[in-house]
Formats: sequence, C-alpha cells, structure tokens
Amino acid sequence: MSSKRGAPDRVLRDSVLRDPAVPVIEPERYELRGSSPYRFELQRRDFFKFLGAGLLVACVMKDALAFQESGGGRRQGGQNLPREISAWLHMGDNGVVTVYTGKVEVGQNIRTSLSQAVAEELHFPVDRIEMVMGDTKLTPYDMGTFGSRTTPTMNLQLRQVAAAARDALVDIAAQQWKVDRSSLVAADGTITDPRTKRTVEFATLVKGQRLTQLIPTEDPLVPAAEWKIEGQPIPKVDGRDFVTGKHKYPSDQTLPGMLHGKILRPPSFGATLASVNPPDATVMSDVTFLHDGEFVGVAAPSQELASRALQWVHAEWKPAEDQTSSKNIFDYLKTHTADDKSRDSAPYEVGSVEQGLKSADHRLQQTFTVAYIAHAPLEPRTALAQWSGDTLTVWTGTQRPFGVRSELATAFHIPEENVRVLMPDTGAAYGGKHTGEAAIEAARLARAANRPVKVVWTRQEEFTWAYFRPAGVIDVTAGVRTDGTITAWEFHNYNSGGSGIRTFYEIPNQRIQFHETSYPLRQGSYRALAATANHFARESFMDELAHELNMDPLAFRMKNLKNDRLRAVFEAGAKKFDWGRTKSAGQGFGMGGGFEKGGNVATFAEVTVDRESGDVRVVRVVTAFECGAIVNPDNLVNQLEGANIMGLGGALFEAIEFENGQILNPRFSKYRVPRFSDVPVLETVLVNRTDLPSAGAGESPLMGIAPAIGNAIFDATGVRLRSMPIVPNGLPKM
Amino acid sequence: MCAGELRSGPSIPPCQGDVMAKVTKLHVNGTTYSIDADPQTSLLFVLRDQLDLTGSKYGCGEGQCGACTVLIDGNPRRSCITPVGAAATRQITTIEGLETNGRLHPLQAAFLTEGAMQCAYCTSGMIMTAVALLKANPHPNAEQVSQYMEGNICRCGTQPRIVAAVLRASREAAR
Repeated sequence: MSSKRGAPDRVLRDSVLRDPAVPVIEPERYELRGSSPYRFELQRRDFFKFLGAGLLVACVMKDALAFQESGGGRRQGGQNLPREISAWLHMGDNGVVTVYTGKVEVGQNIRTSLSQAVAEELHFPVDRIEMVMGDTKLTPYDMGTFGSRTTPTMNLQLRQVAAAARDALVDIAAQQWKVDRSSLVAADGTITDPRTKRTVEFATLVKGQRLTQLIPTEDPLVPAAEWKIEGQPIPKVDGRDFVTGKHKYPSDQTLPGMLHGKILRPPSFGATLASVNPPDATVMSDVTFLHDGEFVGVAAPSQELASRALQWVHAEWKPAEDQTSSKNIFDYLKTHTADDKSRDSAPYEVGSVEQGLKSADHRLQQTFTVAYIAHAPLEPRTALAQWSGDTLTVWTGTQRPFGVRSELATAFHIPEENVRVLMPDTGAAYGGKHTGEAAIEAARLARAANRPVKVVWTRQEEFTWAYFRPAGVIDVTAGVRTDGTITAWEFHNYNSGGSGIRTFYEIPNQRIQFHETSYPLRQGSYRALAATANHFARESFMDELAHELNMDPLAFRMKNLKNDRLRAVFEAGAKKFDWGRTKSAGQGFGMGGGFEKGGNVATFAEVTVDRESGDVRVVRVVTAFECGAIVNPDNLVNQLEGANIMGLGGALFEAIEFENGQILNPRFSKYRVPRFSDVPVLETVLVNRTDLPSAGAGESPLMGIAPAIGNAIFDATGVRLRSMPIVPNGLPKM
Repeated sequence: MCAGELRSGPSIPPCQGDVMAKVTKLHVNGTTYSIDADPQTSLLFVLRDQLDLTGSKYGCGEGQCGACTVLIDGNPRRSCITPVGAAATRQITTIEGLETNGRLHPLQAAFLTEGAMQCAYCTSGMIMTAVALLKANPHPNAEQVSQYMEGNICRCGTQPRIVAAVLRASREAAR
C-alpha cells in the first residue's frame, strides 16, 4: 500500500533534531530524587553511537511536541530529545529494527503483540524486530506494566512510531528517485516503485545516516479491518528460547565473583530485632555478615553456605502485640473502618436508595466476603545487584523497573541516574511484583560484600513477605419489582478495593462506596484488583434476586442491562453454553460477567456436586469476551483460559491462613493452587470489534468465573455460598 | 488441616541413593563435568550454580511444583530435593540436553506449536515430565496426561495447552 502523508520534505520538516553538528547547548538536568515522571538518559549522539547509523523515530506526547515545535524545546539545546517520550524505534542500516519501551514481559506475551504492532505499520517482517524492554538506562520512562494499559497505550504508540518510520523511509526513497511519494509502495521491509519496478531495502535507505524524527501521538493508522500482521495468531516471538531452557530469567542471571545472599526474617509480622550476634568467626570464612538497623543478612559463595550461615546467626526478636487471624478477619475489617472517613472514596449516589427500596416489591440484603490470597508467581522475587563505585546495576523481576530504580535511589541515597534496573522477561507477576524488596536486599548485601550478590526468595519467603490480594467484606442491599426491574442498589466494599465497584445495570437509585479499614497483612495489587471481589458480590446477588423473583437469571440481567457490548457477550456466551437446557441430578449452571478496563466478559460454568462427599467439580466453562479489535487471537484465548484457571483457584479454594503474625500455609503443599485435575473443559467465544480500539485482556477475564461457579452450585444444590473461596473443603454439610 | 491442602501429593519422588563423600563428577546431557559439591547439596543448585544449566528452575524447594524436574537414568526426579550425592553415578538429562543437532525434541516443538506457555517458567519441568510420560506410555489419553502432570504447577493456567502439546507430540512420534 502507499503511504499516507503528503509532502516529500516531510522528513526534513519533522526532523527537529536532525543535524548532528549542532553542539550541546545545555545538558540534560536531573533532580537527585525528583518526582518528575519523565526521564531521558541518552542524548541523541549517544544513541547513534550505541546503535549505529540509521533512522530514529520517537513518539512524543502531543503537548510536549507542540512545545518543541514552538521553539521552546529547541532553545534548551538541540541535542537532547524531550523527556516526554514514551517509546522509540531505530531502523539500523544493518537491517535490524530495534524498539524501545519501558513495558515488561511477565508472560502476558506483549513482546510478541508489540512486535506485531510495529511490523504491521512499518511493513516489516516480525522476526527482524528486536524489542528492548524495561531497561531503565535504554528505554523511555514508563510508570509500569499494570492496569491492562500496554495494549491501549503502548501498542498504539508503537504503531504510530512505526507508521512514521515507514513514511520517513518512503520520503527518502521518493527524494532519491525524484518521484512522487504517493506512487511508492512499502511492503515487507522494501520500498517499490511499481512503474519502474525499482526496489530498495529499508536498510539501504538509511545507510550512514543519522536521521531523527519526533512524531505526535495522532498519526493515521492502518484500520484494524485491514490488518495483515496484527490480528494474526503469531506465536511467541522468542518461544524457542523458553522450550530449550536458554532464556535467562532474573533468577538465572550471574556475574563473575557473584555471591548468594540470604536475609534473616522476623519470626512474625511486626516483630522487632532485640539483639543479634554474628556467627562464630570460625565458621564464617567466605561469608559476609551484615547487620544494619532491622536488616540482617549474609552473603556466601554458594546458596547452601549462605543458608547455613543464616542458621548460625543468633537473633532475638520482640514479637508485636496480639494480631488478628484469618478466622476473624471479616469481623476485624468491619469493626476497623478508618476513623477519618475522608479517606473513604466519595460515595457514588444516584437518586434515592431509600425511595427506591420503598417502591420495591422485594427487598434483599446480603454480605459477601473475600479472603486474602497470594499471587504465587512460579518465579519468586529475585535480584542480582552489582556496584561500581557509587553506581548500581540491578537485574530483577518487577512490573515497575523505574519504580524500583526510585526505591533503590532512595534506599542508598544516590541519584536515580546512578541506578540502572534491568528486567529480563520474568516468571510471572500477576500484579504481585510492583515493588523492589529483593533488589534492595541484594544491593545492600552487594555493597557490604563488595561483590555482586544474588538474592532469590524461597517459596516460603514469597508466601510470607510479598504482599497479598486484600481480604474484604461487601454488603449489598437491593429492591426489585415483581416484573424484574431493579429499583434500588446499595453496595459497600470494606477494604478489598474500589475497582469494578459500580454496577453496569440500569438502576435509578444507587449508593456505592468503598471504605478504607485497618488491615493485618501487607496488601497490594493483584491481577484484576478488586473487580474480582466486586463482581463476585454483584453477580452472585443478581442471581439471588433473579431466584427471589422466579426469573431466569439471564433474562433478569437482560431486563436491567442496556450496554450493547456487555449484552453481546452475555448473548454469545449463553448461545455457546446452551443456556436453558435441562440439567441432570447434581448438575448446576451459573453465569457471571461484567466489564472493566475495556474488556467485556460473560462466563458460564457447569458444575457437578456430590452431596454425599461434598465434592464440587467445575466441569465446563464457556467465556465470551470482547476487548475491541483483537491483536492476537491465539494469545487472547491463552489469556482467557489462564485467567479462568487462575480465577478458579481464588473462587474455589485459595486462602491465606494466618494467626499471630504468621502465615500458616506458606508452601505449595499447604496453599492449594489449581492443578491439572482442577481444570475444566474451557471454551471461548471471541467477539472481534475491529471498529473499536484494542483493550488489554490480561485482567478482566478473571472476573466472571467466581460468581459463575457460585451460582452454578446454587443451581445444583439450593445452597448459596457467599464467601470466596467458595468451597475450600468441599460443600459444607447441611 | 489447612484450607486447600492438597488432596493428593505429587506423584514424583526425589531420587534416593548412596550418600558419599564430596561429589566431584556429574554426568549431565552426555558430558562428564568436574564439580565440587557436598553430597547433601541439592542437585538443582549444582546444576544451576556450578554448571550454569539454568533451564531447570527453583519453584518451591519441596518437590511440589515440578519446575526443577530432570531425568535421572531416564526417570523424572525433582532435582530440588534430590541430593547431588544420590545422582553422582547416574546419567542426568536436563532441558538443555533434549535438542539433537539443533533439532528440537518433538515435545519442545509441540509446546511451541500449541503455544503451551505464558511466562514459561514451568515449561522445562513440564517438558521433562512429559518426556518421561511418553517413554512410559507413548499413547496416553488426555486424562492420563493430566494425571501424570498433576505434580507440575503452571500458575499462568496453560494446562489445557500443555495437555494438547503432549498429545500432539505423542501423535507425531507415531507417524
């Protein structure tokens, strides 16, 4: 296809930084530990020195580019690229395209989907695209890889960068051949003039050049309906490295002279160090011992020596006051709401709930609870740290390399530019690796030992000292009329979070609020956040209301639902599931759905229940999903299946048990995660909306499965279960 | 009993064997390596830290997740709970030893074809376990695959694809 821009001098006009001869007028300045979200480490000439000649295209936020073009940017020095860059691409004269993004790969397969985005717009083969990700020295600042933001933002920006690069290449060819650019065709890494049959490779066009182009974030793009590479089920681009064991995860990194570090952990949460004695000097050869405040650790040439050395450390701890346990966590949360109510989210209020309840024929009130659960990524937290003078380099598994850089700079009182954090593709995260604990520990030990140190958390440490998905209590009240109209809806979430808290059903009178409480365990983000808890409560309660009215749960939802995209997935899922068919004894069907972060999901579950043994089996799950234009259908199905299986664990049996500041089940032998035998038949229906922008799909598919299972258990047994996990020890005896 | 405690444990034990003095040699993937290890040291640590064979992963340290699975004399073993002394005279195969002359093992190829991974941290352990399964039972059905792989955890939830990959490799070996 021909490129879309007009004038042949486009490259020159846009190349505000094109002249390498312009000297640096004012160097880039950094605050020591500034809060500015934008960082740019490399100057333009460094970039070409590092990458070799070619074409560099950077995506700049619109406002920042306007500032540049108005002259404000140029006054500050022509050599520096603006800070407000989100991604860039280098087309080398060796024929390799290198793309730089601060996003990271944790199994969601964005290394592949982002390569597809670049290939699509650049008209270039996927396998010649190199992605450099999550390296704070080489990639633009990025807040982090979370919130399903990669596809709606980074995918789009990279498409724009790639489109601009392609246009620039077409411009160069048009200038060289002295033809109109609109007559040229770019495809598969070459530009062709169909009339003269002349062709030229992209790489040849940029030979020996140092071209720079900044583009705004609003160029025309290939419409999704015309995609050739995006939209295809392209396999994981570096899949071979994973099946051969060649890929080096963070925990596989090594350096010459490296030591292994171990940290002395308190016996319980909140315990403080009363005294500590280093190991006897006779057993300490080759071992570095460090005591710095509350931090006690060792580093040794082997893992077993480090573990042994840790056992030789004699420490006394002062335990914290009595702490609450998992047995009474829900009472605790309800009775420990924050004194300062201003910390609660503002209530969302529409109409009058009181009036709505008055006008209802049926009024219902229920309480739902959600236990603490663990992410349990198979690769635990890990980091390898190396100091060179006051400069620190850390390889670690994190969703926020720039955030961890900040944590390290703060911890060691050094400027952020002295810290480089690299994030090799990691053994999963699920929202659980936003922080830099292992990075700080490894760096502290490395500084003490004056050698590189690697810290790999044990599974027990990961289950204890990471953070958890928050437990929560949710109170719901609703009023319905006999015809199925919901007249009032009141929904209060205590502690678990505000994500996905609003109802998407059309209800004239609503009051919805998240309440902050005190909480006993360290808690943080988890894939889909509280949307899972809020959908569990809302969609289970919808089922209760439907049964209260003797209405079909699907018909009841549809009566109160206008949103076309959500209706579409409920309808598509119901059709595939064959909703409404007759069930046999012990069999039950249920559904749950909703939308969040641009993803619309409807999940249908079939369970069988053995009332004698209490055994509950999820037999079949159908998921209908729509997230705009599909970037990679095979990876999307992979994410849907994975989200359902992960969600099934939290729905059925996962729960962190704790007492007096200790985790009681910090092992895979005690904390049950879904295994092969737990996996039902999984079927997916993809609704591809090429007319809508692509949204992320790693999180929202998780939300439907818990209510679908709970509702199916009710359908099979008449027993309504309102706590997640729903059946940790099988169906309760009645 | 804790909520969610496993109903059945993993099917694969650690390797039991003689416990000798210092271990100085290890036979891995057809090569004899000189090592220096206490016999009680876990085989996994020796493979990873002394031989830089990092394809076998640490996941739990208690033989519950299968990420560290290797073959010892052809049998699948949890290297994290296998003392290196027990493996010293045996033939060890790790994920790095499956390719022959740059050609992927049929299971490696099948995992790629089926897209049977997300973060892929469990992949090497899955493949090694499946190699043992297909040796013991070249034509398993889906339920038998599932049963055999029960001791391997994939937290990303790619189990259906892993089963499909093992069945594919079994089919293709039969051709």
